[in-house]
Amino acid sequence: MTKYELLSGNEAIARGAYEAGVKVAAAYPGTPSTEILENISQYERIHAQWSPNEKVAMEVAVGASIAGARSLASMKHVGVNVAADPLLTFSYTGVGGGMVLVSADDPAMHSSQNEQDNRYYGLLAKIPVLEPGDSAEAKAFTKKAYEISETFDTPVILRTTTRVNHSKGLVALEEPADIVVKDYEKNPPKYVMTPANAVGRHKVVEERRLALTEFAGATELNRIEKGSGDAGRIGFITAGISYQYLKEILPEASFLKLGLLWPLNEKLIKDFAASVDQVIVVEELEPVLETQIKAMGVCCRGKDITPRQGELSEEVLRTVLAEAGLPVPVAAAVQSEYASGQKLPMRPPILCPGCSHRGMFYTLKAMNLHVSGDIGCYALGSAPPFGCLDTTVCMGASITGAFGMELARGDEFAEKCVAVIGDSTFFHSGITGLIDIVYNQGRSTIIVLDNSITAMTGHQDNPGSGKDIRGMASPAIDIAKLAESIGIRRIRVVDPFDLKTCREVLKEELAAPEVSVIIARRPCALHIRLKNPPFYVDQEKCIGCKACLKLGCPAISVTEGKAKIDPLVCVGCGLCPRVCPTKAIKAASQKAAEEAKTNE
Amino acid sequence: MSKNASILIAGVGGQGTVLASKILGLVATKAGLDVKQSEIHGMSQRGGSVVTHVRFGEKVYSPLVAKGTADIIMAFEELEALRYLPYLKKDGLMIVNQQQMLPMPVITGAAQYPEGPVEEMTGRGIRVKAINASAIGREKGDARAANVVLLGILANELSFPKEYWTEALEESLKPKLLAMNLAAFKAGQEI
Ligand SMILES: Cc1ncc(C[n+]2csc(CCOP(=O)(O)OP(=O)(O)O)c2C)c(N)n1
Ligand code: SF4
Repeated sequence: MTKYELLSGNEAIARGAYEAGVKVAAAYPGTPSTEILENISQYERIHAQWSPNEKVAMEVAVGASIAGARSLASMKHVGVNVAADPLLTFSYTGVGGGMVLVSADDPAMHSSQNEQDNRYYGLLAKIPVLEPGDSAEAKAFTKKAYEISETFDTPVILRTTTRVNHSKGLVALEEPADIVVKDYEKNPPKYVMTPANAVGRHKVVEERRLALTEFAGATELNRIEKGSGDAGRIGFITAGISYQYLKEILPEASFLKLGLLWPLNEKLIKDFAASVDQVIVVEELEPVLETQIKAMGVCCRGKDITPRQGELSEEVLRTVLAEAGLPVPVAAAVQSEYASGQKLPMRPPILCPGCSHRGMFYTLKAMNLHVSGDIGCYALGSAPPFGCLDTTVCMGASITGAFGMELARGDEFAEKCVAVIGDSTFFHSGITGLIDIVYNQGRSTIIVLDNSITAMTGHQDNPGSGKDIRGMASPAIDIAKLAESIGIRRIRVVDPFDLKTCREVLKEELAAPEVSVIIARRPCALHIRLKNPPFYVDQEKCIGCKACLKLGCPAISVTEGKAKIDPLVCVGCGLCPRVCPTKAIKAASQKAAEEAKTNE
Repeated sequence: MSKNASILIAGVGGQGTVLASKILGLVATKAGLDVKQSEIHGMSQRGGSVVTHVRFGEKVYSPLVAKGTADIIMAFEELEALRYLPYLKKDGLMIVNQQQMLPMPVITGAAQYPEGPVEEMTGRGIRVKAINASAIGREKGDARAANVVLLGILANELSFPKEYWTEALEESLKPKLLAMNLAAFKAGQEI
């Protein structure tokens, strides 16, 4: 009997890679892609690794493929920007063993800085794009992607969206194929992309495009579901998660459900269009399918109906389809029966109780500095009560951005500006920026918030943490020594909770007319599951000055003029006693001692 | 079950909503139903508002519960119960843990915590089961077992055989936490 398991899209992709006989898998974490490699690492026969960034991961997978093994690289959508350089030329060389790049897009930006639509990378790199709509397809399409990759000598993009990565569905488990490593022969015309060779390979790419276009008309990845009744005369061309929503709304409509999104087959589309009265292309984000379909001369509707921004959902689609005059009962699903009559406060994410970053943001705020920010948990330093960050653009841009600001505004500004970057982000793309400042003789002050883990994405190990993806010991790269080796003379290591020292060190380094690196080192509280006895506020000593509220700690609140610490939330990190001017915040042990005293 | 069931599990990042939905998903799978569930993890896990959608039945397409269609909402915190109330269908059931966690805008004084969320809901004639699951969890050994206490209450509302729940708990929990959680589950069922 077939065994079914309830798997997330990411677990299903990992399972698909395993069943397809993948030998090498590399990634840099990034929501919503992270769990793909975490799950692949549970299959012992696969070499799984975290790379320092996506370009590295991609190139490792490219090398493995050229050498004959099936390989996989996975990353979030913006990670593909980092990996775009190898991707676009790997399209020319083609593969040895099959190679799949998983691009996990994040419509609605649940955890991202933009909502770019990576289906465009298929058009740009001229490589096939597959998009699954649930976990069962996620596994099936992953396996299919390897077949396509090897048949057509091309890398393949498996494009997912957060809803598919993070939703679960039933998946049938199948026997894994053996890992096969093909023979390797040196083949410079195929793999050495000097201009002369690349000209020849571009021709191959164009021929491949034609072959894939023909394939798109025959593959079962694209499927027509003939509708019935009046609704059957409406034809939806759709893919991925959008298909699922439409099936809830108008199951009797006709569907051309695309699994292979690039290239498209003109005959398939035109035949489908001819079989219905009207064609509506339903896709999240950009009109990638619609534009191509319109270019074929097929009359259709699309982004005049559906939004370009955010995710679609049953509610959104019911509303816009009804507005567009389709026979969709809106009321059936989108109207709420109940809603609170009160104004509800938001609950934005916050730094955890005990978070190491809290100490540094408290200091930066108190010193009123400009902060060139970066991406990680510490981007929450932009939220109240800190509101510290001046910028957050992309990973690594804190260091380079601070240098650019310094160049634009001069020494006076540089004396009031720091860059903050996490350890994982530093290894990802901070190092080259630091070299730039040394080489071009800048004076920026760079703070590495070193909690020795990639916290934001769920605590993955990184080159600085001394462990590999499977938790086995590996060399820990020393950020201080690395900075020293590129010629930086001013390197300081501080504990971000030592507020006094941090302030002094910052003053000195900002004043110094050369580049400095301050490493603020303290482990991530959530990762080490910090749980000391909670602190408490001596109600008699508290003067209600709210100094402690400046820490933005979720355990501390002030009611009726007195501070209180929620013992369930407090992890006893010990930071708040350091900011209380009346020493009203005390450790539990002090309380016991005091009670013992009064009892005497 | 002829019609698909839709259940929403709402709470605050770190409260154990993910584990609760995993167990529920497993139970529905054991019953041979089609199951889909959706949970977004990432940034919101840092103390933000989190929600998991669980749907099961003969054939499920969308992993998301649409507004106004949830048969049951299980809220781990009172403000979050109010936040997701628009998802509840007419005459649906709200199971709510009587716990209030102040969000940062309330702590900083920029916003106010709503008044009497449970009273507001019962006042409108909504079917509400409000219990202090954290306290019951603490009695059984750990306040964090509140999620499993709530599952015990949910189990009474669904018609799955009891052994599916026990099996799902066994498969999802570390052995050393099992006995405590089974007790918490039973306590929930007995409410
Ligand atoms: C190009 C790119 N890849 C991945 C991500 C996802 N991501 C955001 S921050 C981050 C790493 C955070 O780790 P670290 O710098 O150590 O900071 P921490 O969260 O530990 O404070 C990752 C992987 C991204 N935003 N952009
Ligand atoms: S996960 Fe770690 S780094 Fe992130 S907010 Fe929590 S304690 Fe801070």
